Amino acid sequence: MAPKTKKAHTSRNPPVVRGVGRHSRSKMYHKKGLWALKAKNGGSFPTTPKAVKEAPKEGRPPRFYPADDVKKPLHRNKIVNPPKLRASIAPGSVLILLAGPYKGKRVVFLKQLSSGLLLITGPFKVNGVPLRRVNQAYVIGTSTKLDVSSVDVAKFTDAYFQKEVEKKKKSESQFFQADEEKEEKSLPAEKKEDQKAVDGQLIPLIKNVPDLESYLGSRFSLKAGVKPHELVF
Amino acid sequence: MPFRRYVEIGRVALVNYGPEYGKLVVIVDVIDQNRALVDSPNIVRTQINFKRLSLTDIKIEISRNPLKKELKEAIDKADVYNKWNKSSWGRKLIVQQRRAALTDFDRFKVMVSKIKRSSLIRKELSKLRKTQKA
Repeated sequence: MAPKTKKAHTSRNPPVVRGVGRHSRSKMYHKKGLWALKAKNGGSFPTTPKAVKEAPKEGRPPRFYPADDVKKPLHRNKIVNPPKLRASIAPGSVLILLAGPYKGKRVVFLKQLSSGLLLITGPFKVNGVPLRRVNQAYVIGTSTKLDVSSVDVAKFTDAYFQKEVEKKKKSESQFFQADEEKEEKSLPAEKKEDQKAVDGQLIPLIKNVPDLESYLGSRFSLKAGVKPHELVF
Repeated sequence: MPFRRYVEIGRVALVNYGPEYGKLVVIVDVIDQNRALVDSPNIVRTQINFKRLSLTDIKIEISRNPLKKELKEAIDKADVYNKWNKSSWGRKLIVQQRRAALTDFDRFKVMVSKIKRSSLIRKELSKLRKTQKA
């Protein structure tokens, strides 16, 4: 048997004017049925016994009292919520990137990461956009959707995309050698493999839809007479 | 150039401004120089200024201020909506609505089809030109 959860009653005391209720205190006492509560409890309101606080255990007095007052930190009541995803964006939907080096490109959305950024991929073979993070503010969600439930993207998190911090040692020899030996920063082979793995799963899905591959390979642009606020994406 | 479309009871008009924009209505009564009473199966009978109406070629047979039921019967008898959708004005509106509802992917497919179509036409045209020259 489920516990008795009664729905809250609509206001029993509609306002005559803001701040002034229709019924008086005594009328409200009757309407709320407080007389019935008392009758049920033998003439007085039911009380719950006060919680008995346990007597503190006998302990030694503290060894150290701070000389100055210890400041207590202020209350922090901010609630940090997980970032919301726009209703027009769902895993598998085609997005149009609006900023950055890939602006105008149409791209497949894979999943939202814990930081709120969106994980996208071109796929790379189709339009040159790699596995990348993108802010949903710089994105238009189109209504074209793919079913990407079969694509495995569990290994991609924000940590995957962090830049590797190189520790710099200050030494004279290195200072002069710095210009000569510039380490070439190319993608590690592992990341290239990851890209191929994800794209390998996506491209068959894309080829199933006619014209989708060439659609993803093209860029979005505004043409003469086109009004973005009137476009349906 | 005489007038061909008259304001009369039974004249079907298109609302071109206001909350009922785009709807086909029937003029059911004339209130004064500027306003008419219009009605349609899917709106509440209202007054409307003639400036907000675009008269169409379609006219139906009704008496002044018919009952909603009678109006509906008269509309069905005259087959107003089918006639409208077949008329060139009505077809243009349908095309406009379809184009407005195209998604980004649809627009891309339309663009590709247009290019293919025009390339086919150009091929045939160039063939014809060659045979003409020869």
